[in-house]
Amino acid sequence: MESTAIGLWGIPLAILAGAIRVSTPFIFVSLGETITERSGRINLGLEGTLVFGAMTAYAIAVVTGSPWLGVAGAMAAGASFGLIHGFICRWPKVNDIAIGIAMMQFGLGLAFFLGKPYIQPAAPHLPSIPFGFWSGLPQIQAALDINVLFLIGAALTFALRWVLANTRIGLTLRVVGDSTDAARAMGIDPHRVRLVATAVGGAFAAVGGAYLSLYYPGAWNEGISSGQGLMAVALVIFARWNPVGCFLAALLFGGAGALGPALQSVGVTSGYYLFYAAPYALTLVIMIATSSPNRPVPGMPGALSLTK
Amino acid sequence: MAVIRDRPLPVAGQAVSVETLDMTMRFGGFTALDNVSLRFPAGGFHALLGENGAGKSTLVKCIMGFYRPTSGSLMIDGREVEVASPRDAALYGLGMVYQHFTLVPSLTGAENLVISRAEVPTVINWAKERRLLADFMAGMPFDIPLDRPVRDLAAGQKQKLEIVKQLYLGRSFLVLDEPTSVLTPAEADEMLGLVRGMTERGELTVLMISHKFHEVRKFADTVAILRRGRLIGSGRVEDLSTAEMAAMMIGDVKLAELDDRVPTSPTASPVLRIDQAVAPDRSGLKVVEIADLGVRAGEIVGVAGISGNGQKELAEMLAGQRPLTSGRILVGDKPYGASRTDTVEHKVRFIPEEPLQNACAPKMSVAENLYFRAFDRAAGGGRTFKLSRPAMRRHAASLVADFKVKTSSLASPIAALSGGNVQRAVLARELTGDVDLLIVANPCFGLDFSAVAEIRARIMRARNAGAAVLLISEDLDELLELSDRILVMSEGRIVYETHAQTADVAVIGAHMAGHH
Repeated sequence: MESTAIGLWGIPLAILAGAIRVSTPFIFVSLGETITERSGRINLGLEGTLVFGAMTAYAIAVVTGSPWLGVAGAMAAGASFGLIHGFICRWPKVNDIAIGIAMMQFGLGLAFFLGKPYIQPAAPHLPSIPFGFWSGLPQIQAALDINVLFLIGAALTFALRWVLANTRIGLTLRVVGDSTDAARAMGIDPHRVRLVATAVGGAFAAVGGAYLSLYYPGAWNEGISSGQGLMAVALVIFARWNPVGCFLAALLFGGAGALGPALQSVGVTSGYYLFYAAPYALTLVIMIATSSPNRPVPGMPGALSLTK
Repeated sequence: MAVIRDRPLPVAGQAVSVETLDMTMRFGGFTALDNVSLRFPAGGFHALLGENGAGKSTLVKCIMGFYRPTSGSLMIDGREVEVASPRDAALYGLGMVYQHFTLVPSLTGAENLVISRAEVPTVINWAKERRLLADFMAGMPFDIPLDRPVRDLAAGQKQKLEIVKQLYLGRSFLVLDEPTSVLTPAEADEMLGLVRGMTERGELTVLMISHKFHEVRKFADTVAILRRGRLIGSGRVEDLSTAEMAAMMIGDVKLAELDDRVPTSPTASPVLRIDQAVAPDRSGLKVVEIADLGVRAGEIVGVAGISGNGQKELAEMLAGQRPLTSGRILVGDKPYGASRTDTVEHKVRFIPEEPLQNACAPKMSVAENLYFRAFDRAAGGGRTFKLSRPAMRRHAASLVADFKVKTSSLASPIAALSGGNVQRAVLARELTGDVDLLIVANPCFGLDFSAVAEIRARIMRARNAGAAVLLISEDLDELLELSDRILVMSEGRIVYETHAQTADVAVIGAHMAGHH
């Protein structure tokens, strides 16, 4: 009975492990979207960027044998998608949301088309660090086997917070996102800042995709994403455009997503499909609870707009 | 005073003189500025007066490098200079404070100041910057919290921060474009007094664009008056009377005069009654609570207050845009829900502020906008399904003629009209037909003399015809001129009531500022 020695403690442990495993792509996509939205633009195409990044990373890892080259390739592809979005949106009367949806479909289609030959071959996985080495329990070892991208994502979260508050680039980004006119008055070119912010956002989202294909679930196929790229956009709003908030929201979302499998692992078999919907229900509940029809969302960048 | 500046050229904290020589600006065939030569000596407080479109902002934009004048030149401290861009203007120490705020709302005051510098370090050492800012602020007459997001500051503080920003950037010549339009009389006096002190100490030269004669009289040394792009007159303020300045500004246009006030019948019953109405304010954190407010037929009740003290919310409550959490609004003794049926039944008309956004569909035509109150009404009074285009055109043509709305065509979008003409069009729509209750908010904001006079005369006429008028305005002079009674709102409540004829401006101002 060694393997069940931790009994019901397995549930929180599985949720923690699941939170870390599931949240990583959310962290990258939502940080990327935070950068883009802080510049006053919405990129809804990140779902397409994510899937395209997953395909690129996997293909490059298969060909070169290096998962890190795969991640780098995904970032370059994601940045290109961001540049295309940013470039199209600089024209007057172009709506960034409509372009985002078009770019999403474009990214998905292109990834499926180019990715066909890579469904079969196996790529090397990204490494993880076994923080659970001190324990004899396999559950603890499994739970604390933490992937490197999660750690990088956590570091980037705090780095981004610092950059937004303490650097010229961060302040410039916030000025552009809050007031296009003020930015122009200061001699900042809002188009350029948004172009770069959208490209960086795309690169971040593509890393999220690389995680999916190179770590968990760790294979490339057309059903690889379950809408992480779209949910991350909702997470950004829920996190009030705050990097640390994004990180915590991604963890919460990941934890809720791990509820179903965790319950299943301890023998709860009835209705666990319902628990698979937990993250979505949770998002809905939190969004409703924290919104108000009578006032704007606090922290929203002033230049964000649905209509242009 | 600690000096923080980007380039060594002009000396910060030392006023410069500015002079324009035969400055002319043409846009195609239209001459916006016609041979204007003006001198603004160093350390002076100068005022620039003129109607909308008189060329004030064109002149200032030429000085600030936003426009390149068609001909003419600019001298700074007696030397001719080339100012081809706002960046050049900054180089010579010329700065401008705009009518609207240019601060970034979500950034703190300190962040706003630092990011506005021409050279911002890649990594900002906040400890060092805070120390430098504290030194700099110690030499400033203004006291502003720099560590709060700008959106949390009061309008007066924002306006001061705009001025501080220019001084922080080392400007020695400042253009203030209607700097007091968002301030209370007391805030305006304080701010201009402090600026005036800086000019007297020779730290700054100021050119203020204004509409308000009493401010010009009180603070400016010299005044220049523009009309239709020409310099009509200039001189020392003490040598000119207000009437002379006004005459030079408007020329020989005859202004609409207010009709005499018909006495309100003492037995007139209240048309509008607000009874213990409570609603959340914009932030959702506080409430607006109107305990008791009544407006009788044939009187104008003015609501004064500093912007952001609940007047907007009050207007929205009356317009049905802001649901009440408790209390009632009664019109003609019946609960009023601001539905279309209610407004028709009780003959309620509404002129919100910024009418282009709040009372018009900007891209629809003038004729369509003018028909909003009538499009679903049949001639006999019932409802109709089909829109009659000829009737709409006839209706629009008669209103446009009656209210002197200047539009190139009835079919042009209403957004193409000037502000005064949009306001006239909305007034035409709202004041046509029987009106029992008229709710008006800031009707004359940003309009020129003749439009203002016309609009005020129309409101007075509606009152004399027996309408109950609730006038919400941030312009105290307007309230004193039009109202029978004046209420003061502060922090979401009505804190003071007085008869307009016996009103004491100082007392009203004190209540507006929250001293009660």
